[in-house]
Parts: sequence; structure tokens; C-alpha cells
Amino acid sequence: MSFPNAAAIALRDTQLRHNLARATGTIRARRAAVVAEVDDWEAQRDEAARIKDSALLDLDRQLERLERTVSAAGGCVHWARDAAEANATVVKLAADAGGGEVIKVKSMVTEEIGLNSALAAVGITAHETDLAELIVQLGEDRPSHILVPAIHRNRTEIRDLFEAKLGESELSTEPSALTATARRYLRERFLRVGVGVSGANFAVAETGTICVVESEGNGRMCTTLPHTLITVMGIEKVIPRLTDLGTMLPILARSSTGERMNPYTSLWTGVVPGDGPQAFHLVLLDNGRTDVLADRLGRQALRCIRCSACLNVCPVYERTGGHAYESTYPGPIGAILAPQLSGMREHNSLPGASTLCGACYDVCPVKIEIPSILVHLRSRVVDAGKAPRGERSAMRALARILSSRHSYEAAQRAARLGSLTPAQRLVAPLSAWTASRDLPAAPPQTFRRWWREHRA
Amino acid sequence: VRVALFIACFNDTFFPDTGRATVEVLERAGCTVDFPEEQTCCGQLHINTGYPREAARLARIQLRALAGAEAIVTPSASCAATMREHYPGLVGESPPVHELCSFLVDVLGVEDVGARFPHSVAYHPTCHSLRTLRIGDAPLRLLGNVRDIELIELPDAETCCGFGGTFSVKNPDTSTAMLADKIRRIGETGAEVCTAVDNSCLMHIGGGISRLRAGVRTMHLAEILAARG
Repeated sequence: MSFPNAAAIALRDTQLRHNLARATGTIRARRAAVVAEVDDWEAQRDEAARIKDSALLDLDRQLERLERTVSAAGGCVHWARDAAEANATVVKLAADAGGGEVIKVKSMVTEEIGLNSALAAVGITAHETDLAELIVQLGEDRPSHILVPAIHRNRTEIRDLFEAKLGESELSTEPSALTATARRYLRERFLRVGVGVSGANFAVAETGTICVVESEGNGRMCTTLPHTLITVMGIEKVIPRLTDLGTMLPILARSSTGERMNPYTSLWTGVVPGDGPQAFHLVLLDNGRTDVLADRLGRQALRCIRCSACLNVCPVYERTGGHAYESTYPGPIGAILAPQLSGMREHNSLPGASTLCGACYDVCPVKIEIPSILVHLRSRVVDAGKAPRGERSAMRALARILSSRHSYEAAQRAARLGSLTPAQRLVAPLSAWTASRDLPAAPPQTFRRWWREHRA
Repeated sequence: VRVALFIACFNDTFFPDTGRATVEVLERAGCTVDFPEEQTCCGQLHINTGYPREAARLARIQLRALAGAEAIVTPSASCAATMREHYPGLVGESPPVHELCSFLVDVLGVEDVGARFPHSVAYHPTCHSLRTLRIGDAPLRLLGNVRDIELIELPDAETCCGFGGTFSVKNPDTSTAMLADKIRRIGETGAEVCTAVDNSCLMHIGGGISRLRAGVRTMHLAEILAARG
């Protein structure tokens, strides 16, 4: 379904509207407060963008370096061209490790490739261990936010879900009670399951160190308790140096959860005998990313560190929620990333899912020029022949009218006589405007006519 | 100071009062105003809808029409933003264009244009004025010096109204949801007038208010500055 249609359905869900307005409003305020504490925030943004660009513009060498350092530390690196290759690799590794189950750290990239279904297809059960991901999984639902996947659910809905799926009764809606319930359910799995699967927030080429940040401690359980750890990461997650984390970690925490630092930051380098997982596999996933890299402007999207600040400030996202985007990555970043990752074959209505208000760029910690990229992608959609029927010829006709004072003034005369201006007639049916808004009547005299009569 | 007025096709055709008010205010601030009549449309609609080639053609026509002007002033922040932000990439140059309020305050140093407007007013900072041109509080400084005006702060003022050019017709439901929240906030102020520096946003907001018979009117800021009460 196109975004406008999916959004029209989502907008009718009044509970969703309330949940989202409340949740995004809270995170927005928290972020604004901790960003205001920082004197050199703009300089930090510049530095974070520079670090990501330095890796992206040198990606082939950075990735080969990462492969060498990870291998030297006892890890095993696998390359995956697309989702199918990545899934096949993880499925085989998990099957070989045995047990029929994996525990998962919250990860966008495994959502992107549909790993859980691929595992299920061969009889391996994936347990999501992040509280919100667990809520999504138990509800047979889809994540609707990058950081807060169950943002569309409120406490009462979660209580009802836990009672239905975890055999609880008379649960309170207090967050502490809900968390304790999830913890009891998850602890047993942490101790039992021998294979962990994670994504990566950063991977350091210099040292082969993988970094995962989280708030609940579940991630650390998954990356330390199992005997086998499999990490899937998009190739854009590599950063050159370990010291780069000094910039990236605090800017991520302040931008995403509105904290000075996130509660749990796990760093590991290969395998340490007798301590933690004894087998470590790193799956490097392309899945469209090198094509994104080929677009001079669009490649900025690969700087994204998945903080989701752009979602929380987006007036479109706040009203429609994440599901309307029908992509793994919703909100403003999703609107520029999803179509590009698909090679502009899918998600063609997403670049249009923005008023270009610019709020996303202002909060982006790595300064992705989202509005400019949206505009750029709109032209790529047009160039790919995917614009709405008749739009191209209409826009050309309008440009011809506006290309000379003569034809422009003739069109103004027509508008005054009660017929619609070409712009109104051509871009969409008039009802798209008048369903909710009145149109002003064309005044008897244009400005230029008045100027000519009184001032020229 | 001699300035060229870029009226914006939208104002020219639908909001001529804004154009007359702009001329009046500029002259009061000591400017001599020219109106180069070959100007048509800045190309914003074409750029933002994904037609950069057509937009480049329109951009070249505007540059030609406005050539030689030392300062270009427009009562449309989004058109000024288009010329500033997109023209360099489209046609390799950008004209010396200013949004009206920012020209008065930041270039001329004028914050009082001798207006009187005995009404309560809520100011909506439009996205392009706020986050592209970054004109800051220039409009509020000018409004603050209008005699007998009652300025009422608009809650969530910096949130987009939901217009977004073709967004308003390509995504009418989302656009309307955003508009509903904006109108609710305007209603909460109890103001008689909602003002801004872009008639496109005001046509959207005003169109919604009018449909709801909500009893508030929209008015371009230039018209308040031109008012003598």
C-alpha cells in the first residue's frame, strides 16, 4: 500500500495517536534537555558526521581492515550480498551450533533481512530479549519505531498481552511489574540458550571491536552467556578508530534516549579463551548499501546511527506512526533509506511522506540533510517513471506556462474568471484539498495589474 | 535603498493585498521599490515535486528578471529559501534575496514601521523561515513594535502546519491531521488573527479554519505591518 493510503488508515486509530503524541513528546523533551547541556553540540555533530564519512568514503579498505582485525582476534567473518545470503549464513551457523533456539539482542538489521522467519523456517526459535521487541514478538506485531519498537502500545495493552501470552494473571500496569514479569520469562532463556544473535552499533576497523549499546542489560546477557555469538551488521556500521567511539557514543545516547550515556555499552573483540562466547561470527551485510553509496547526496543516509531523533520530532511520524511506512526503517530516515536500499524499486511514496519542514535535519547527530535527500529522491522516483499518472506531463505544461510572463498572465486571467489555475488542476484532484479546507476566491485584481495601474 | 520586489506567483495571483502591504512597508522604511515584471515563479513547486530540470528553467528566468538588483525582497519565506538553498545546485548561483521581516530587521535595522493594529494576534513561524532561512525572532521584533497589538504566544508554534506544497494534496489525510492540531493550538490562544510570513501556509491554515467556521482569520504579517489601525 502507498504511504498516503496506509497513513489514512493509521490516522483513524485514535489510541495510536494518543500513545504516539505522549511518547514522542516525552522523548523530545528529554533529548532537548540533555542537548542543551552541551556547549559544543554543533561541533560534535560536525565531528560525528566527519567520522562516519571518513569510513564511508573509504569503505572497501575499512571493511577489509575490519575483516583482518576480527579474524586475528579469533572471530570468523562472513560476507553477505543480500538478505538471503545473510540469512543462509546465520541459519547454517545456528543449526551447526545446535539447540534449536537463539536469543537475540534488539537489532534493526535482522529485522531488515527477516532473520526470525528464516530461522523459524528450519525449526529454530528466535527469542527477542529486548522488552519492547518481546512485546512486539508476543503480539505477533511489527516494530513501529527504531528505538522504541512498541511505541504504539501503551501500558494497558502490554499488561493485557502479558496476561494472554505469559500465563500471568492480575498483573498491574506499573512499568516495574511489567518489567519483572518479562525478566522472569527471559532469565530462564538467557541461561538455557547457547547461541546469541546481535546487530552492531559500531564496528572498529582498527581493533576488530564490536560495540552494542542498550538500556536493559539483556544485550550483555546475549553477548556474554552463550557459547556462540553471531553478529549481523550492515557494512555502513564500520568506524575507523577505537577513539571515534568517544564522539559517537555520547552523541548517540543524547540523541536517542535523551540520556548523557546509555546504561549498557558492550564492547568485544573476537574470542577470549575461557571467557564469554568461544565462537564469534561477524556477518557483513550489503543488501543495497553499496548502491546507496554510489549516490553522491543520498549516501549521507548511510551515516545514520539509528538514534531515531528524526522520528521523534517528525510531525508526520508523530501522527501516522511507524507501520504506515511499511518498511523496517520508518520516519524521515526510513523515507530516505528504504527506497534507496531497494534500488528505488519499492517504497516510492516514502520520499513524498514529508512536508520538508526540516525538523529532522536540525536534530540529526550526523547531520544527514534529510529534506534535501527527500527532494532528490522525489526526482529519482520521477526519473524511474514511478510518478503518479499524468504528473510529469502536467508539471511540464505548468513549467511552460510559468516560463513566460505572457502565458503566466494569461493563466492568471483564466483563474480570475473562475477556472482553476493549471497548478490546482494538474497536481491532484481538487477534492484532495477541499475535503478538509476551503479555497480562497481569486481576487478581482492581481498584484501586477495593480502595480501597472498605480505604480509603474 | 533600492530594492526589487519578488512577489511570488502565489501572492501575485491570490493575495495581492500582501504585495501592496509589502510595498507600503518597504517605502515607509525608506526603500525605493522596483517590480521587475518579467518575474513569474521561483520553481519551488517543481523542485519539491521532483522536477529539477523544469525548476532550473524557471530559476534562470527569475535570475534574468531580477538581474542587477542589489537586494531582492519577498513576502514569501519559502520562495526566498528556494532561491537561497536550491538555486546554487540548480543553476550555479543564488540571487541576493531576503524575506521581508529579516530584510527590515537584519539588513536595514528597522524594527518599528509605525504600524497600529488593535487586535490579538498569534504568530506561527513557518518552517522555511525558521529552519531554512533561520530568520529567528525578526517577525516577533516587528510585531512587538506594532501599536495596540496583543501578541499571544502560540503553543507548539514551531511544529509544521502540514501544508508542505504538494504534500497537502498527495497526503491529504496526514496534512489534515497536522492542520487539526495546529488549528487546535491557535484556538487555545483565543487570538483574533493568526499571522505568518508565508501565504501558502496561511492558505492551508485559513482554509481549515474557514471550513470549521472557527472564527479566527489569517493575515500575512506584511499586512499587519502596513496597518495604521
